[in-house]
Amino acid sequence: MYDFEYHKPSSVADAVKILAADPDARAISGGMTLLPALKLRLNKPTSVVDLSGIADLRGVKREGGKLVVGALTRHYEVATSAEVKASIPALAAMAASIGDTQVRNRGTMGGSVANNDPSADYPAALLALGATIQTDRRTISADDFFQGMFATALEAGELVTAIHIPVPEKAGYAKMKNPASRYSMAGVFVAKGPAGVRVAVNGAGNNGVFREAAMEAALSANWSADAVAGIKVDPSGMNGDIHGSAEYRAHLVTVMAKRAVVDAG
Amino acid sequence: MNAVQPFEGIGASVRRKEDFRFLQGRGMYTDDINRPGQTHAFILRSPHAHATIQGIDTAAAKAMPGVLAVFTSADMTAIGGIPCGWQIHNKDGTPMAEPKHPVLAEGKVRHVGDPVAVVVAETRAQARDAAEAIVVDYAPLQGVSSTEAAIAPGAPAVHDGVAGNLCYDWHIGDKATTDAAFAKAAKVVKFSTTNNRLVPNAMEPRAAIGEFDAMSGDYTLYTTSQNPHVIRLLMGAFVLSIPESKLRVVAPDVGGGFGSKIYHYAEEAIVTWASAKVKRPIKWTADRTESFMSDAHGRDHVSTAELALDTDGKILGLKVHTLANMGAYLSTFAPCVPTYLYATLLSGVYATPVIYAEVKAVFTNTVPVDAYRGAGRPEATYLLERLMDVAAREIGMDRVEFRKKNFIPTAAFPYQTPVALQYDSGDYFSTLAGALETSGWATFEERRSEAKARGKLRGIGISTYVEACGIAPSAVVGSLGARAGLYEVGTIRVHPTGSVTVLTGTHSHGQGHETTLAQLVADKLGVPMANIDIVHGDTAKVPFGMGTYGSRSLAVGGSAMDKAMDKIIAKGKRIAAHLMEASVDDVEFERGTFRVAGTDKTKSLTDISLAAYVPHNYPIDEIEPGLDETAFYDPKNFTYPGGCHICEVEIDPDTGKVSVMGFTAVDDVGRVINPMIVEGQVQGGVAQGIGQALLEAAIYDADGQLISGSMMDYTMPRADDLAPVSVATHTTLCTHNPLGVKGCGEVGAIGSPPAVMNAVVDALRDFGVNHVEMPATPAKIWNIINGHRMAAE
Repeated sequence: MYDFEYHKPSSVADAVKILAADPDARAISGGMTLLPALKLRLNKPTSVVDLSGIADLRGVKREGGKLVVGALTRHYEVATSAEVKASIPALAAMAASIGDTQVRNRGTMGGSVANNDPSADYPAALLALGATIQTDRRTISADDFFQGMFATALEAGELVTAIHIPVPEKAGYAKMKNPASRYSMAGVFVAKGPAGVRVAVNGAGNNGVFREAAMEAALSANWSADAVAGIKVDPSGMNGDIHGSAEYRAHLVTVMAKRAVVDAG
Repeated sequence: MNAVQPFEGIGASVRRKEDFRFLQGRGMYTDDINRPGQTHAFILRSPHAHATIQGIDTAAAKAMPGVLAVFTSADMTAIGGIPCGWQIHNKDGTPMAEPKHPVLAEGKVRHVGDPVAVVVAETRAQARDAAEAIVVDYAPLQGVSSTEAAIAPGAPAVHDGVAGNLCYDWHIGDKATTDAAFAKAAKVVKFSTTNNRLVPNAMEPRAAIGEFDAMSGDYTLYTTSQNPHVIRLLMGAFVLSIPESKLRVVAPDVGGGFGSKIYHYAEEAIVTWASAKVKRPIKWTADRTESFMSDAHGRDHVSTAELALDTDGKILGLKVHTLANMGAYLSTFAPCVPTYLYATLLSGVYATPVIYAEVKAVFTNTVPVDAYRGAGRPEATYLLERLMDVAAREIGMDRVEFRKKNFIPTAAFPYQTPVALQYDSGDYFSTLAGALETSGWATFEERRSEAKARGKLRGIGISTYVEACGIAPSAVVGSLGARAGLYEVGTIRVHPTGSVTVLTGTHSHGQGHETTLAQLVADKLGVPMANIDIVHGDTAKVPFGMGTYGSRSLAVGGSAMDKAMDKIIAKGKRIAAHLMEASVDDVEFERGTFRVAGTDKTKSLTDISLAAYVPHNYPIDEIEPGLDETAFYDPKNFTYPGGCHICEVEIDPDTGKVSVMGFTAVDDVGRVINPMIVEGQVQGGVAQGIGQALLEAAIYDADGQLISGSMMDYTMPRADDLAPVSVATHTTLCTHNPLGVKGCGEVGAIGSPPAVMNAVVDALRDFGVNHVEMPATPAKIWNIINGHRMAAE
């Protein structure tokens, strides 16, 4: 990797101050995306701002009808949290399915959300659950937050601090993993909750995570796997590569939607 | 020191001695070695598949911090190209095209990853920083990656002077008698397939350290090699002109090779040569990205086969046409893989009367292709065993019965095939029967029905195979174009107090030689395992040996050790006869004890070794002191392991995902020295075979860009891609080596891919499919299923 300055602030305010002063500084949380990019010399920040010293950004708590997950909460912690398992078991199961043991012990929900990798797991959950992303300066609904492949509503230097997730009546997740990378090729998170029935898809789309309106309507009328089984997804919005065509991914979205509904019960 | 207790000899599953250090992370690999004053090299590689180099500006790089030197081919005019170790002749008797393989690109790059320049700096990061400051003026050319495109008229020329990118056009067998057999055939079955290209991906990336001692003029190369003497010969004699006496090559612990570490690579020559220029040791270690674009790849054949049958389903003849990708340059053994390691195996386990095979080897703008676990035999076995299934289905015969009908009868050994090989022993009926029994072949339809009830498509596949390994008789391979002998050497050094050091010319890079080879000594000389050490991998310690590949270590290297032990015993008997005042003809030896036949007079091996090194009471006029013997062994023939592999798969029709549900291997590997290690070797080979069948594919675009250039896109098998592999052996002894061993290192990778793919095709039997190309990825399988459904709608 190229040389950079390393900062380890102990407060969000200090972190934001460093990031605001230098547009080429990068925040690092678990580092599961930025570190490989640095090692491959694909990224050349002037400074790296390590957020791991900010203690109050970590942990899960239940506040009334919602879960509040600190941005630095690691996937392993979400997967094993008694609160998450009791409130949104599908979210805990999703966290347990991310990457491998090493990734789950380093990667964080805030990092995943801020990066918005189209093949990442969490964005589909947050979109389907109608979550709100809290930053150092405002709150943003998931619908407004995720804006396409690797694109979010975050301004330069703005940090995700917590994710507020309404507890649904039921939720489920299913994904087809890319055989090589094991990232999601097509993952569907379904939820029936305060925001209604919502279906969000990761991995498959050619512009990042998205909601599948036809499936939402079908499941609102009839919450069953059969309700989505006949819904064909338009391949023109899907990604195609050596691992599968757009048609294959479109098909997988329907298959995974069925499985997610079964998973939700 | 009498019989070894508990039994540690031949047939015992002794735990691997080397695992104590490997499992604790205490191995000593090349990258673990650091020499005083060591510097670091970074190799600048071509991002283009094909381009002319119009200029290289290294001035800025040379001025970078920590940089000691920057070299390009312009600095290397005094050194030779990387040699090829095997020369194939064309049908017309002319030699193959053998264009120069420069150490650093000379005026042109021919594949992504082709080395262009090297930076030597104080640290690896400084070397890499400086490499980014080198300005290479490339003029990109049209590239070509597939064999079919490369031999098409008008294809870009990879090498000037190599017409049509054709390396050679070779054949084997008798065309006239084969044509005649086809003319009489009741049925001819045609089949075409591609054997997918693979990236070896040993766990340890390649690394090399070059060191020059200006006082002595000696060079040392530490390298990740399967055969340090071969590297010394090729690099010393052909590239750098360093006498053997001045060049030491050390291959310490090596973390997997699978063939990819047989070859002499440019980086070895670069660090050795440059260490004398900068007068300091130089280390180079590949990162995984470099490995993908610089380690020799494997397989990459496109083949068409035709099988002639009579009305009873007996095979009358076989014709094969194969295009083999050589990549951009000829790697060390590349030319022999699609010829003498492939086409000679096309008889398989069948009594095929006549065979004619043509092979064209083709240059492309891709990484060189060479032997990869199995080397030619997996390609032959896959082609043949898929063809057998296709043919059985076409003539409506049960695929097991079809195979049995055509098996070489057990009484027919030694069996001469029409493609040069003479199989010494085998019993294909017994390995088949064992595998059918273990796999529950007879009850498969019940499992298929049960799977169907769960919405899954279940299939079962079989492969019956033979391979040729234990390479190789030197005179035979010499007549076929090998530029080296393929004997092996072993030294048995009995120390004064009876412990033993073995020097072997073979090399262990995961196979467990430190255990298996020691068991030979424990068994024959009666020395406890704890008192036996195996030394390998250092040309300064070990006599000139040929290394490890082609499942040769036990069959050839072990046989050399056996011969050396015979010499130890013969000498020991003469010393024992003197000490016991008996005739040497009356002295017997068994597992550590010399005995005067029919008496209770005995001497232990330790008594003898002590007498040999402290020759006070010793027939010094007749026998030299010491007990240290070396033998060279040149095999009389290849060895022929064979067997039967059966695989069961389930396909999820919704996603196309293929899951391996069970795998049965019953192999004849000759005498088994360590059953546990054999089981592990077969399982590892099967894992690679499943990888080839279901997961792995090196994918280039048409112009030669490597699309699957990392593990994000190249699917290495993971534990959950596999299933328990049941391994059993059924032994017929090799008839021509003293141990009766055949070899087990490659059988798993050779026998398994067609078993897996026959199972996949069987699972799809209701979908009108008669073939699926490897790898059977979820998307590919779903396309087949979906296409069938759409056609039905």
